[in-house]
Amino acid sequence: MKRVYPREDFCMGCRLCEVACVTVHSESKDPVKAYKKEFPREPSRIWHEEEKPDCFSFMCRHCEEPDCLEACISGAITKDPETGIVSIDENICVGCWSCIMACPYGALKKKVRKDNKLVSSKCDLCVGRGINPACVEACPNKALVFK
Amino acid sequence: MITIIGNSVAAIGAIEAIRKVNRDVDITVISKEPYVAYGRPVISDFLKGKAGIEKLTSYRRAGFYEKNNVKLVLNEEIKKVDTQKRLLYGSSGSEYSYDKLLIATGGVPFVPPIKGVDLKNVYTFTTLDDAKNLLELSKNIKKAVVIGGGLIGLKAAEGLHAQGVKVSVIELMDRILSLAFDKVSGNIVENRMQDVGIDIFTESNTEEILNDGNGNACGVRLKGGRVIESDIVVVAIGVVPNVAFLKDSGIAINRGILVDDRMETNVKGVFAAGDVAMAKDFFTANQRLLPIWPDAYKQGRVAGYNMVGVERVYEGGLSMNSIELFGVSTISAGNINPTEEGYEILTKADEKRWKYRKIVLKGNVVVGFVFVGEIDRAGIYTGLIKDKTDVSSFKDRLLKSDFGFIDIPYEIRQNHFWKRFLDTKDAPCINEVCPVYGKEENLSDSEVVDED
Amino acid sequence: MLFRPVSQSFYEFDVRRNEDRCIQCRVCERQCSYLVHSYDPKENKMMADNPKCVGCRRCEAMCPTDALKITLNESTFRPNYSWTNFHRMAIIKQAETGGILLTGMGNDKPYKIFWDHLLIDACQVTNPSIDPLREPMELRTYLGSKPDKLEFENKDGKLSLKTQLTPQLRLEYPVMFGAMSYGAINLNVHRAMAMAAKELGILYNTGEGGLHKSLYEYGPWTIVQCASGRFGVHAEYLNAGAAIEIKIGQGAKPGIGGHLPGEKVTPPISETRMIPVGSDALSPAPHHDIYSIEDLRQLIYALKEASDYKKPVSVKIAAVHNSAAIASGIARAGADIIVLDGFRGGTGAAPTIIRDHVGIPAELALAAVDQRLRDEGIRNSVSIVVSGGIRGSADVLKAIALGADAVYIGTATLQAVGCTVCQRCYTGKCPWGIATNDPYLAKRINPEIAAERLVNLVHGWGHEIKEILGALGINAIESLRGNRLRLRAVGLTEKEMEILGVLPAGV
Repeated sequence: MKRVYPREDFCMGCRLCEVACVTVHSESKDPVKAYKKEFPREPSRIWHEEEKPDCFSFMCRHCEEPDCLEACISGAITKDPETGIVSIDENICVGCWSCIMACPYGALKKKVRKDNKLVSSKCDLCVGRGINPACVEACPNKALVFK
Repeated sequence: MITIIGNSVAAIGAIEAIRKVNRDVDITVISKEPYVAYGRPVISDFLKGKAGIEKLTSYRRAGFYEKNNVKLVLNEEIKKVDTQKRLLYGSSGSEYSYDKLLIATGGVPFVPPIKGVDLKNVYTFTTLDDAKNLLELSKNIKKAVVIGGGLIGLKAAEGLHAQGVKVSVIELMDRILSLAFDKVSGNIVENRMQDVGIDIFTESNTEEILNDGNGNACGVRLKGGRVIESDIVVVAIGVVPNVAFLKDSGIAINRGILVDDRMETNVKGVFAAGDVAMAKDFFTANQRLLPIWPDAYKQGRVAGYNMVGVERVYEGGLSMNSIELFGVSTISAGNINPTEEGYEILTKADEKRWKYRKIVLKGNVVVGFVFVGEIDRAGIYTGLIKDKTDVSSFKDRLLKSDFGFIDIPYEIRQNHFWKRFLDTKDAPCINEVCPVYGKEENLSDSEVVDED
Repeated sequence: MLFRPVSQSFYEFDVRRNEDRCIQCRVCERQCSYLVHSYDPKENKMMADNPKCVGCRRCEAMCPTDALKITLNESTFRPNYSWTNFHRMAIIKQAETGGILLTGMGNDKPYKIFWDHLLIDACQVTNPSIDPLREPMELRTYLGSKPDKLEFENKDGKLSLKTQLTPQLRLEYPVMFGAMSYGAINLNVHRAMAMAAKELGILYNTGEGGLHKSLYEYGPWTIVQCASGRFGVHAEYLNAGAAIEIKIGQGAKPGIGGHLPGEKVTPPISETRMIPVGSDALSPAPHHDIYSIEDLRQLIYALKEASDYKKPVSVKIAAVHNSAAIASGIARAGADIIVLDGFRGGTGAAPTIIRDHVGIPAELALAAVDQRLRDEGIRNSVSIVVSGGIRGSADVLKAIALGADAVYIGTATLQAVGCTVCQRCYTGKCPWGIATNDPYLAKRINPEIAAERLVNLVHGWGHEIKEILGALGINAIESLRGNRLRLRAVGLTEKEMEILGVLPAGV
């Protein structure tokens, strides 16, 4: 399956991937509204780590045998047999954080929903968005490659 | 023809593995419960009122059994297994044959021989029916005693508390969560629970469950004479493998069913997985009971693959628990209370803010950790344990609350993590995606370029 | 301003932030290497420190919500034709510091740009123009010394060339990436130029800082430079490229050598330049072994000897008053290529006073040199490459019509990969990741993207050149070379036209 690969040597720490991620997962799909009007704000599902000069962004690997899925007690996490995308159904998630415990990439994040419920959130490869995930498209330096 | 006894996570793991490689083989799942597979640990959320029954039974989406062409037999408890004739005898009188058998019957609540445990309103807390029962009861009761301060006990206590019941927890050891957590983290949780009004009695042995005279429990008496009144008593000490029905089957049983690396028992064609099995331990490679959810799935998967002829070996069970109690998230994994010599322990605590980190190392390899409060990216440590990564070059950073891959030196990150990151089976290899250019090293960020 | 000297109060740029659109994502803060932007968590607001802004517009380019505008500070001195803002600010700064004012990039003062006073001819009626989309067009250019005459042998009715040709450089476009050293710009930009040159079938120049080992594979598309500091010059280096260039001078700072401070000489640069880590890399103003044309001849032949006479040797000089005579000497000294670098040529750092007041325009030097060599009958013995302020394909064509064989582009190269000509290359903090060795900033150049952009630029120019050649009725760039009749001047004096060798428009 196609995945997003980080290229550490060209990540310049702008974190536009995060802005893009927040934007496309927002209600309005508009960066200004997503940041200024929608609360609680969608978390970025991509992680950026930095310690100058090193920095990189990366997200869920959509593993073949996802540890998060195996650990998920509610069955909220599924892997689509066709696309291979591992996603979370927020309505089923009970916030037990077993996925956070299990994922060796630390790819999942707690998220506060509008109804104040805490659920786990993760990269969904921008299912249905088009050719490229938002982070890849937003990266000005091709430090994220979708291949 | 494959028959699976039990219908929880190990069974699901097996079904999903089998169907990945084999669409045709007949699969029959026999469950004594009346439900499709449900997220068993979620019963505490059910009791809390946080999750309805639809949510529980969405563990696998509607149509799971049909889509996977699985015959599901509910309300049928297998009473006897004949491995010679390859026959299973159900409580309904039906008989089931099999070519390959997977025993995934899980555990049954351990109920110690305390006087009064057979009284009418003494309950256990391991199944959806248990939770339903307690939820119904909780509307009419004021006080409850939970015997057992482990994960199940505390979850039951939390659920009942959420329903407005005054709960007292009785724990034999000197602290709660003595198995899954260490002293400090146990204390944090204990303080938190006492803050919200749950009474916790540690180092307390329940001597008797008191009878109100009508055959109903009305409290407990602890060793030393203290009496705690209650309307119900929940015995939630733990589970033991559900193996009683295997008597005389010829399947080797210690405390649980003994299995090899492929999850096969001593009887060829008979496999076991989940809480009922005694499988390889990640660290010692000895067979042990490890009743935790993720490993049950992994064991089920290994069994599933091997039952249809795909060789897979179980990586070994690694104990790990994630539990959130009254808003305090806690995660622990691996060996967190080492008793022998040779371990190094790193800790950082801010108990007032419900924050705690402890990392256990052996020979510069992480073998266990406990996080309370800040649990973000705890899985990275789980990964370090599983990968047996030598952390000597970044040991001083392990306790950082935002520890991440950036804290791992460039070389290790490139050669170890990124490679694994990129080298998934169906993905292009690292060099194709990311050609490696000569890296400039050691450049200072000083001023002034001059010339040309 | 509080705690600031006057020079900073009279700052150049205003950062305008649209608070309605700013989402406090802090990308501006992270991208600005001059620390203009900062986040105030109490106010949840981005703040700007205007005096630090150099006007590179990196923040504007990266802002995801178009919340930023960098504008000139509207505040003004009383207008004065003589005491320009530049002069007044220079005096204030020097009165504060007592130092030389440094700058980067080329001369930005309003001297006459002769390219803009030359117009190109086109065919009408009596001579047909050519459609470049339908007919073949030849941009291929060979650089190197051409023989006075060609002799052929006839063997059994088959003609073959008897004359032994000296080595030639083959260019698919009459454009090369100019000399910018490893150190002045970082390895990523070097790699991008190398990759693009290979893809385009042209050459790039290493500049005087040697050649990083990892770029040796691009040798056939590389011109290696040997300057007065001899940094990174060794036999392997001299043989690594397709040609060798002796750098005598640089258009932006004629008479001055380069200076790379010791702090910048990091292990990879130290290794490449063959000097100790942390030592200043000072290029002497002159080559200390060259005080005459005869000395230059010795170096040229030493380099030819070192490279087994397989590589053309080029000599680069800054365009100065007597370029024509110097060029004649260079040609006679045995150079295969002469590079004329005009005073608009860029630099990583130069004293502003030199950049702005020393040297002459490349156009005039080119015309003078071409004419002189022709007059002396030795024009064929060298190729002429012109550089310093080539801004587009029209400049390339005009240069070729004035007599150049090809051009070097430096500032245009950098702009293609991001540079916005903020003229602060000398700070080493280039926010576009070009003129910096800070590894965090250098990552901003992804060689793959940069190379693609360079390829696109030259492709674009190539298409435009073909269009104009078509209009001129010419199907090979060779036919335009030195063809000054196809140029006409507007707004030039009689004398300027005489030097350029062009007629006024209308004649």
